[in-house]
Amino acid sequence: MSESHRGRTNDTPRLSEHALEQFIGRLLQIGVLVSAFVVVVGGIGLLVRYGGAPADVQSFRTEPSELSTLGGIVRGAYGLDSQAIVQLGLVLLIATPMVRVALTLVAFLWQRDRLYVWITAFVLTLLVYGLFWGRA
Amino acid sequence: MERGTRAIRIRDQADADVSGTRRLDRSQLDGRQHFMRSDRKHSAPHRLPVMTILTLAAVVGLGSFGAGLLGALTGLGGGIVVVPLLTVLLHVDFRYAIGASLVSVIATSSGAAAAYVREGYTNIRVGIFLEVATTVGALVGAAIAGLIPTSALGILFGLMLLYSAYRMFRSNDDHPPSTAPDPLATRLRLNSTYPTASGMQPYAVEGVLPGFGLMFVAGILSALLGIGSGVVKVLAMDRTMKLPFKVSTTTSNFMIGVTAAASAGVYLHRGYIQPVVALPVMIGVLTGALVGARLLTTASTRWLRILFTAVVVVLAGEMLYKGASGAL
Repeated sequence: MSESHRGRTNDTPRLSEHALEQFIGRLLQIGVLVSAFVVVVGGIGLLVRYGGAPADVQSFRTEPSELSTLGGIVRGAYGLDSQAIVQLGLVLLIATPMVRVALTLVAFLWQRDRLYVWITAFVLTLLVYGLFWGRA
Repeated sequence: MERGTRAIRIRDQADADVSGTRRLDRSQLDGRQHFMRSDRKHSAPHRLPVMTILTLAAVVGLGSFGAGLLGALTGLGGGIVVVPLLTVLLHVDFRYAIGASLVSVIATSSGAAAAYVREGYTNIRVGIFLEVATTVGALVGAAIAGLIPTSALGILFGLMLLYSAYRMFRSNDDHPPSTAPDPLATRLRLNSTYPTASGMQPYAVEGVLPGFGLMFVAGILSALLGIGSGVVKVLAMDRTMKLPFKVSTTTSNFMIGVTAAASAGVYLHRGYIQPVVALPVMIGVLTGALVGARLLTTASTRWLRILFTAVVVVLAGEMLYKGASGAL
């Protein structure tokens, strides 16, 4: 559909922006598929191992740091703990929109669009803060 | 026998949530008290048994699949019914439900991004500029989430569901593109063009500051209720900022994942993201949304909209009732 407009406009930065967006969109899909794969692998392990245990999710309990900190999750997943692998997949998923914002930042840098470099950098900082230190 | 107990004890340290020996007794007790409480308030005919993880995963996975399917077919997104499904029907803790729902919102938003970008409607500048408001809102919402009683959140959720149902039946009459830009929009270079049947059509952006303010509210709601709050985002862009409808919906989808990621990061540290709940929700909603996107061209959306609205209204009633009676 956009092909037909391509020849008519001579506004090159916009077109490369569109191409870049398309690339980012694909990348995000891959990110979702990879994280879903990790979640499924960990999930199969989790269900095989603990499937028969009672599901106690009706009252909130503080999770151990193995499942609520990035370091703990990575260590647990490395040790093939099925719950930590599921969490790792979920962390990858939470990171995909951040990758999108980071790539948008690169695009604005490329276009030397200083105002939007600052705006995007601010959003990215908040996101990174939330995921890495988020105790708000 | 001896070895078995030791194994369980070791396991208990690593994953205290699903297994455990002493913990189990306490948790079962908690669960029973919870049911007794709701029985009294609700006079339910029978008490639900404590499910095993496998049963819970199957039930939640199926429900989430349905939510993702209907969400994709109606364009409302499945996130909004996940929380009531988990809390009202399955008595899952509100915090776990919010965490799992946010994860599914990110999955569907990112998964659909490529399709939206292909259409060439998304206004990246508008999206990233408004993301300042939604991300700050999401972090503020995450910070105050623990201070607001669950019953109040339940009522807020019920109202949000009713509003979404109402929006679903408002016609998406596309207004002609605005030609009177807000001076701020010009300074921020937000005005752009979008593809129409008669070529690229320029449009101007109005009401930048009111739109920005509404986005802050959308961010707070997203964090508090675990939803993408696409309805509020589209409202802000379509009605307040006068963006073309297609631009509003695609830009909203771009923003939803980023907003949800902001509060999901915080909630991960707080332990709201529970693997046993988030796993079936994410996989269920994602596969439902993928199947829904494939069916989109063939399904009769009118009846699906009616069905989905009915589901949303019933869940809204339940949320309002349970919130008001303190049974959440």
